[in-house]
Amino acid sequence: MPRPLIRMDRVRKQFGKGTLAVSDMTVMIEEGDFVSFLGPSGCGKSTALRMIAGLLPVTAGTISIEPGSSAAENDLGFVFQEPTLMPWASVRDNVFLPLRLAGVPRAVAEPRVAAALADVGLSRFATAYPRELSGGMKMRVSIARAMVTRPRILLMDEPFAALDEMTRMKLNDDVLRLWAENRLTVIFVTHSVFESVYLSKRVLVMAARPGRIAADIALSPPWPRDDGFRSSASYVQGCRHVSEVLKSTLHDAHIDH
Amino acid sequence: MYPKSSRAHFMTLTSIIEPEAEPGGAPINADALARVRRDRILAWTMPAVTMILAVALWEWTVRAYEIPHYLIPAPSRIFTTLLTDGPSLLVSAWFTVKLTFMALALAIIGGVALGALFALSRTLEMSLFPFAVILQVTPVVAIAPLILIYVDSTFAALLICAWIVAFFPILSGVVIGLRSADHNLRDLFTLYRATPWQRLRFLLAPSALPFFMASLKVAGGLALIGAVVAEFVAGTTGRNTGLASRIIESSFRNEIPRMFAALVLVSLLGIVIFALTSWLSRRVLGHWHESEIRRET
Repeated sequence: MPRPLIRMDRVRKQFGKGTLAVSDMTVMIEEGDFVSFLGPSGCGKSTALRMIAGLLPVTAGTISIEPGSSAAENDLGFVFQEPTLMPWASVRDNVFLPLRLAGVPRAVAEPRVAAALADVGLSRFATAYPRELSGGMKMRVSIARAMVTRPRILLMDEPFAALDEMTRMKLNDDVLRLWAENRLTVIFVTHSVFESVYLSKRVLVMAARPGRIAADIALSPPWPRDDGFRSSASYVQGCRHVSEVLKSTLHDAHIDH
Repeated sequence: MYPKSSRAHFMTLTSIIEPEAEPGGAPINADALARVRRDRILAWTMPAVTMILAVALWEWTVRAYEIPHYLIPAPSRIFTTLLTDGPSLLVSAWFTVKLTFMALALAIIGGVALGALFALSRTLEMSLFPFAVILQVTPVVAIAPLILIYVDSTFAALLICAWIVAFFPILSGVVIGLRSADHNLRDLFTLYRATPWQRLRFLLAPSALPFFMASLKVAGGLALIGAVVAEFVAGTTGRNTGLASRIIESSFRNEIPRMFAALVLVSLLGIVIFALTSWLSRRVLGHWHESEIRRET
């Protein structure tokens, strides 16, 4: 029986006195889950993710992360929408950063950095600089950096939105592999129905103004997906279902105005 | 090493990959390649040729119209003056070099230290920035006489004047630079609980570097201007004085060729400072920052 890992209890986020970005969001995410936050821009999905990461304070409510068995400092890995690499540092030094900040000596970190780079297929580019890499490769470095601390939870904020279709599909499979191999819990923010259905066990459809959860959809196995799943009936069914829910929430939101 | 057979195999492979010769005619991009090569040569030769032409024109005009050397000396006469007065002029040049570089060094130390403090504390910035601005907008020529009265040592007084001029660009470059780190990278450092020192060392300082290098180029030139102007105001004569004093002194004695010779040395010093700061900037930023990357063509 999987145990609850992340709890959001009536979480509310208001920026200044103005926009209500997230209103009364209550979610429980289990260990080993792969959850997508799906919704149009402005529905508060990124805000919710940043609050879970501790990058934004909540206005009201609570977010709790169950303590893990290991007393590891860095339980969270975060992948931003942009690769967010330090342009002055080599690929290796970019991936080394989280360990460096945790005070791990370079000699000790070196094999872990090398392993993280090998995991995303970038061993040959360890000494390259970010500007020498393609968009997809930069994103891989970003993922390697998030994984180098061996986090329990991986938070991804529309990481592949700016990439071309082929690269995005490839990176989706990479994320699924990392999820399965490392028994991660992943929260994945996206505005793509197809991406959310392909990747997740569970899709939380969010609606805007105020940002809230409009539907909680459990998808059917198998997990993790593989390329064959893209042409399966259950993928098509999942996409249709999620699309319909998304469409109706958008419609409702429109009437609200 | 390799067994003989596999080595022979390797050799044949190589010979397949490398074409024996260009197959008939030039490559299709021959024109473009030639243009690139020509541009690269022109980048050097054009400035050199115009420079030589200008000097030649100067020399010719002075000779052709028999302009007296106490009005405009010919380049050849300036050159001989440089040779005959060389030793004494070099002593003055060394004085100016020392003054300029010490002022620049102090401007860097002061600008970086104060800039870092400003970046750490908004209150400190708000309270102290007006002073920096007042110091910057008041012409150094106007403050110099006061400083010369208050400070006993002439060298120290000159140093303060040159420092005032060079300090501000460094300060504002550092302040803007330290604020311009990418916000997502800032979040990343927050996520990994970076200490303030780690944040400064690994994020803020590298982000500020391009701004710092740009301000260093400006401050380098300004330090020299400050050093020369301060000396003009001080009007110091005698031993242990810089190039500016030599210019004033020569003007009193109507030794125009020596004025020009000193002027040439001042310009040379300025060029050297500019070249040094540009080289340093390329050295530090060349491998990553857009401003200094040479695009491959």
